[in-house]
Amino acid sequence: MEFKMGMATRDAYGKALAELGESMKQIVVLDADLSKSTKTVVFAKKFPDRFFNMGIAEANMVGVAVGLASSGKIPFVSSFASFLMCKAFDQLRMGVAYSNNNVKVVASHGGISLGQDGASQMSVEDLGLASLLPGFVVLCPADEVATVSLVEAMARYQGPAYMRVGRPKMPVVYENGASLAMGGSSTLRDGKDATIVACGLMVGPALDAADRLSKENGFDIRVVDAYCLKPLDRKAIQLAAQETGAIVVAEEHLAGWGLGPHVARAVAETSPVPMEFVGVQDTYAESGDPDGLMQKYGLTAVDIMEKALLVIQRKVAASTK
Amino acid sequence: MQLKLSREELPGMAAKLRAHVIRMIAKAESGHPGGSLSAAEVVTSLYFHVMEYDPKDPQREDRDRFIMSKGHACPVLYAAMAEAGFFAKEDLLTLRELGSPLQGHPDKVRLPGIEASTGSLGQGLSIGMGMALASRLDQRKSMTYVMLGDGEIDEGQIWEAALAAAHFKVSNLVVFLDANQQQLDGWTHEIMNLEPLTTKWESFGWHVQDIDGHDFDQILDAIDKAQGEKDKPSIVICRTIKGKGVSFMEGDVEFHGKAPTKEETELALSEIGKG
Repeated sequence: MEFKMGMATRDAYGKALAELGESMKQIVVLDADLSKSTKTVVFAKKFPDRFFNMGIAEANMVGVAVGLASSGKIPFVSSFASFLMCKAFDQLRMGVAYSNNNVKVVASHGGISLGQDGASQMSVEDLGLASLLPGFVVLCPADEVATVSLVEAMARYQGPAYMRVGRPKMPVVYENGASLAMGGSSTLRDGKDATIVACGLMVGPALDAADRLSKENGFDIRVVDAYCLKPLDRKAIQLAAQETGAIVVAEEHLAGWGLGPHVARAVAETSPVPMEFVGVQDTYAESGDPDGLMQKYGLTAVDIMEKALLVIQRKVAASTK
Repeated sequence: MQLKLSREELPGMAAKLRAHVIRMIAKAESGHPGGSLSAAEVVTSLYFHVMEYDPKDPQREDRDRFIMSKGHACPVLYAAMAEAGFFAKEDLLTLRELGSPLQGHPDKVRLPGIEASTGSLGQGLSIGMGMALASRLDQRKSMTYVMLGDGEIDEGQIWEAALAAAHFKVSNLVVFLDANQQQLDGWTHEIMNLEPLTTKWESFGWHVQDIDGHDFDQILDAIDKAQGEKDKPSIVICRTIKGKGVSFMEGDVEFHGKAPTKEETELALSEIGKG
């Protein structure tokens, strides 16, 4: 399947934020000396009075955002996903989640696709960590259209929200102007033999895998973009389990610790079916070109296809017992 | 309506707060009396003489804000809030009970009037700075006051915030450092030396005052001067005595986090009553 290459989701975030800043005067933005990388620099140039570069001090940055939020502002805080979630986790826990403050966390450089900078910069834990915070909405958009739509949705939503965006350019899977909702999902391709539930960067490979499984193996594969991990669109997952009977979860994250548990729980509680999990396997990645890394760490369409064939096999075996 | 007291009436209110603290912690059979008692004069000054707020409309936008960053000293804050009319004084005795808004450490969701949920040390200064920045953005005159424990400033986040508040010239922010010289495991100079406190904060770019934190004249004068500072954040280093007002608690680190027995409670209340 061929998709037009679009901008990186971090670029879409920077653009969307600067646009929203015009109509939503309560929006303020904080960054920890990475504004050129997270793309909050676009907002900073347009609204210098509402932008705070907090230096390389993530814990204080989140604390300041908490104070701004509890005084009626809508703060967006940005840095790399690994630094925000690991260095400021207690501040997100106490000040944002426990206090139910209206802070928006948009973390860039999620996953391993940032490439050459290596494992210290990569985040393979952020979606799991964000999911652990009670009351947090957790988002992971797949392309520029989804990002623009979800940045606006999170700005208008009252409460804690986390979004992961990424460094590389992403294929555009949504039509221009598509509107995505908190708590929603998108069935990008229908099918009856198995479902691939993916988020973020893995949506492209999931669609690829479905396409090839159809051409090469004659299977009809459904693809669900679970861009909202929490609250998950449990109805769509339940339907996928009941109608296709086999599920593969694909995420650019530690396998089974980000999107995985959300889907697994929904399936276990509604309609248990064979499941497999594509992602980084209990390890850290390394420096390298993004495509090479995706291959080495098992995040390609081929990896998804292998898991899909496995769950289909188990489904068939169970039905012929 | 807000209860405003004259300078002369403040010591009597501080004694009331101390008595509440002892009764609450005795009833709960757990809590932190030492750091509540050392903070009584500053909290009394703020809630009954300095700050503008409406206890019946705790979210009023132009209110002054207070954050008890050393959250374990919340009994003295709850006592002040009850005396100020945020909630009924009888509720003070529900401290730490299941279902009570008076949590073991302050919870802004459960108790209206609490500005920040604290209890994980080191976070209140950053939050106060955010509130002060919001006031400045909205051109409100309101002030933000933050109380830190001295042991609390072991936390790295405090120094991140100290750098940032000076950098952004957050002059509508006033910090009280309750320098009672003791933390859970012992004397601050033994656990983690903090001195020289004044030059440390001065070198971070703060307006620094060093006072007797039990002397109302010095406290009110320091707040006055801090409010007059238009270029820097202010810190008032309050030299205090942990457990102040109860002879057998004063300077006894065991009373950092221990409830008094029945006999100790009666003795403490009789001493506080004497003022």
